[in-house]
Amino acid sequence: MTRSIELRVNGTTHRVEVEDRRLLSDCLRHDLGLRGTRVGCEHGVCGACTVRLDGQAVRSCLLFAVQVEGQEIQTVEGLADPEGPLHPLQEAFHRHGALQCGYCTPGFLLTAAQLLDELRAEPNPEPPSEEEIRVLLAGNLCRCTGYGPIVRAVLEQATCAAGADPTEPSGEDRR
Amino acid sequence: MKPPPLRLLRPASPTEACALLAEAGDAGRALAGGQSLVPLLNLRLAAPEVLVDLNPLTELATLACGTGALRVGAMVRQRTLERDPLVRRRLPALPAALAHVGHLATRNRGTIGGSLAHADPAAELPLVAVALGATVELLGPKGPREVPAAELATGFLSTCLEPGELLVACTFPLLGPTEGAGFAEAAPRAGDFALAAACCRLGLDPEGRVAAATVAVGALGPTVQVVPEAAQVLLGSPPGPARFAEAGALVGASDRLDPPASLHASPPYRRHLARLVVEEALAEAARAAQAARNGSPSREDRREEEHGA
Repeated sequence: MTRSIELRVNGTTHRVEVEDRRLLSDCLRHDLGLRGTRVGCEHGVCGACTVRLDGQAVRSCLLFAVQVEGQEIQTVEGLADPEGPLHPLQEAFHRHGALQCGYCTPGFLLTAAQLLDELRAEPNPEPPSEEEIRVLLAGNLCRCTGYGPIVRAVLEQATCAAGADPTEPSGEDRR
Repeated sequence: MKPPPLRLLRPASPTEACALLAEAGDAGRALAGGQSLVPLLNLRLAAPEVLVDLNPLTELATLACGTGALRVGAMVRQRTLERDPLVRRRLPALPAALAHVGHLATRNRGTIGGSLAHADPAAELPLVAVALGATVELLGPKGPREVPAAELATGFLSTCLEPGELLVACTFPLLGPTEGAGFAEAAPRAGDFALAAACCRLGLDPEGRVAAATVAVGALGPTVQVVPEAAQVLLGSPPGPARFAEAGALVGASDRLDPPASLHASPPYRRHLARLVVEEALAEAARAAQAARNGSPSREDRREEEHGA
């Protein structure tokens, strides 16, 4: 059985015909051609398919497309304005060399983007420690194992989002 | 892989959800956050013909803190509960345990009711619910009923839910003024399933001696296990490392445990971890109970004061 649904992705409304069992990850990639969202394990472990649903990072392989009608979906294609500069996280990944094959990168970016937005929304945010960043990113796997630069890039941007200077030693280092 | 063909139904009320589930019988499953069920569908380990999607039911996503209890609707997201300021202040063991549940992206979507009804013995929420003496509310074709959290799971991934019955809420009693609870877990990596987990509750008498204790462990058998012998040795003396070690040793050696063997941990190793997590959870419970008894503000209170909230 298929049905016609309206999906709002990166600010654009799309009408698609999907089966009930169509995963959001497949709908984004195959029906909408947004192949920045990657499919790795397809059972919620690797984090490659992470997108944001109303601002919240979620596994798109664990959602049915028909479930998210009316909600705002953000994929890596919508992280930065196509005409403008890269998103600060993308810039930081570039600067730190935080990607090798790049397959896991969109998932990492969208997970970290939620943290950055949450820090910016807090009245007195505390800059996260490296340990906290590592725990946050534990839900995203990089099979090139390039975690060091990824952690550094996210830590730098999270520190900035919390209103602190990333070149200063972090709270943990001071202790 | 992809999920097998199915129909996704969107009920307008919990009662309608129950009716749809009852009608579908064995071919139907309730879909909450989907963080456990959808992997099973994608791996074709489950193939229900009908999914009853509970996500539209906002009346199941309410959080209410009364004088003596915290009532959490089944569709409250794990991350919502983890971040709720009132919950962090009144029942800090709950957010402490939730921080171990999967990852940010799975907690954003995963629900309290889904985790309880899935009844994974290594899951954190069923353990905390049992240790804190929570009650779950079920709604079914025969009407509502309440079941102690300790009686919800009947075996590995099995519950006492009848066909057509839905878990709609879980109520956690708040801790008393001289009580504290603690949670500890051992897992290979952050967010992995626990190899051993413990949740303990301690109540102190006016002299600071242990007057009441609960010791419960997860991931060490087909369901959460309460170990009353371990709680018993704590009674009547002030809480301290020697007693915690004694309680931990009793848990590690207990016949109540039936630790599964896995690639990451043999049963004897899990028993060793059981001892350690019980000691750690007891130390945290004692610290929380002493802080509550002395009226000293918890870490969360201090944070709020610093932030001028």
